[in-house]
Amino acid sequence: MKVRIGIGIIAFFAVIAIVGPWLNDLLGVGPWKIDYDAISQAPSGEHLLGTTSQGTDVLAQMIAGTRNSMVVGSVAAIIGVVLAVVLGVTAGFFGGKVDAVLSFVTNMFLVLPVLPLTLIVAGYVQDTGPVTIALIIGLFGWAPGARTLRAQTLSLRRRDFVMAMRMVGETRARLIFVEVLPHLAGWISAMFLHLVLGAVLAEAGLAFLGISSADTVSWGTIIDQARQVAMLNGMWWWFVPPGLCIALLGTATGLVNFGIDEVMNPRLRTADIKAMRKALA
Amino acid sequence: MKQGKGRFLTRRVAFYVATAWSAITLNFLIPRLMPGDPTSVIVRQLQKQSGESIPPEAVEAIQKLFGDPRAGLLQQYWDYLGSVARLDFGLSISRFPTPVGELLGAGLPWTLLLVGTTTLLAFAIGTGLGIAAGWKPGGRLDGFLSPLSTFLSALPYFWVALIALYVFGLVLGWFPLGGGYDPDLYGRPGFLGSVLEHLVMPAATIVFSAFGGWLLGMRNMMITTVSEDYVLLGKAKGLSSGRVMFRYAARNALLPSVTGFAMAIGGVLGGALLTEIVFSYPGIGYLLYDAVSKRDYPLMQGVFLLTTLTVLLANFVADSVYVMIDPRTREAGR
Repeated sequence: MKVRIGIGIIAFFAVIAIVGPWLNDLLGVGPWKIDYDAISQAPSGEHLLGTTSQGTDVLAQMIAGTRNSMVVGSVAAIIGVVLAVVLGVTAGFFGGKVDAVLSFVTNMFLVLPVLPLTLIVAGYVQDTGPVTIALIIGLFGWAPGARTLRAQTLSLRRRDFVMAMRMVGETRARLIFVEVLPHLAGWISAMFLHLVLGAVLAEAGLAFLGISSADTVSWGTIIDQARQVAMLNGMWWWFVPPGLCIALLGTATGLVNFGIDEVMNPRLRTADIKAMRKALA
Repeated sequence: MKQGKGRFLTRRVAFYVATAWSAITLNFLIPRLMPGDPTSVIVRQLQKQSGESIPPEAVEAIQKLFGDPRAGLLQQYWDYLGSVARLDFGLSISRFPTPVGELLGAGLPWTLLLVGTTTLLAFAIGTGLGIAAGWKPGGRLDGFLSPLSTFLSALPYFWVALIALYVFGLVLGWFPLGGGYDPDLYGRPGFLGSVLEHLVMPAATIVFSAFGGWLLGMRNMMITTVSEDYVLLGKAKGLSSGRVMFRYAARNALLPSVTGFAMAIGGVLGGALLTEIVFSYPGIGYLLYDAVSKRDYPLMQGVFLLTTLTVLLANFVADSVYVMIDPRTREAGR
């Protein structure tokens, strides 16, 4: 149930991200369209989430922003997952010197604080569009995942079925891709979701610090713009929705990860069994 | 026994020194990787922004950051290492000619106060509730706390801060709207009280958004530990449930949280920096905002170095605590 709600919320945002521009056309609004008759208006029938101090529609901005936030989230997560799999599985599978070097690099990135690191790079980049930001975030977000995958690969490598296949004479590539990787699928998908959320949060943080491009709108840029004006004028309809969307997405990834955790660590499943017993009694 | 502990810590020190060195080197390399002539680009941008001409000393300070093309890269690197060792981070551009080191020195105590109190509070509250939730998984408390903390830990710090500022500062007027203290009270008897008053809201928002993560981690470890045989034995012996819960289960479940502590401190610091901006709290975060919005690159790099080195230090402290409470690391060091 938890997992289904989580997947539902994620799917909802994904759909909005994909059909966003058409949805805005359908509603007859646009993120940059200015309604001079409705400046700083509270939610009404005409503007469902109200308008900003410039007279743009908050709902339209939210819909357009969903796309950019999701793009940053998924691009960064893909980069992060790929790096984590390559570095983590390689280190765990080959061991020895390869492991020593890769683990050292991983541990290093693990202790370096991500926000200052991202900021110092993003601060110098001239182009701060969503994809660039995603690249930078992905580049610094892989370390925790790599560490987990290394540990898991290390234990998988010594399991009987992998040993047996090795003795049969399977190639290394086949051992990694056919024997080891499928067993890491749960970890990898949990990691992916975690990274999506982390990247959406990081993007919002960077936008909040003023690192975003002026012609894109994302959940982060909406909060940033609202902060400067909406706060003092009590325009809650402007700054509440973007944060709430981030929190919803976060809750959804958390719920799905609960499910994945319970599949991988059966001890955590006690919670469900008890709930089931209660329901049956 | 003692030797093992020592060896473990020596290896950690070596690791942190290497990490600090790479952060310092990264800080040196990033500006120098910029293509073209970044100095003149930035000077032009600054002039456009402020509308006045930039003093030649400031141009020199920017030039120093991106590297003097006349000196070789190795010579530059050597000079740079020397200045870092002397804690000389150059001159700030936005508050020219104040040295960056001076600005950082003024901001650091505020950030340490904020991050220190909130981290300890969030850790204590989260871990405590996590023990309770994990003791009876699926129980009423767990069913309420786990989803709640999933939601809370997904909230962006600065957004929570905005809402808090709006509700408690603006609408209700319970707390001051910003700053770290009341300037009228500086050096007067009420000063400490005003510092506390200004600390409440930023600290509360950070604790509010941070404790959920600790709770979930501790809960999951508790669930795993509670089903261990030694816990069952403790119960079978007829020990009080409080004793089994804290001395048997929680004590063992706590270990990963201490490691987690080290990794989380970087995230908490990032969140705290953003929270400071919302509340105009006079710490490092506020400096960082100024640095980014006014393109004050020397200050930005100073903030990067300071925060990174502080986090490394905090990690080392967490490692040392871990050695003290987990006897197995001593064995492993042998």
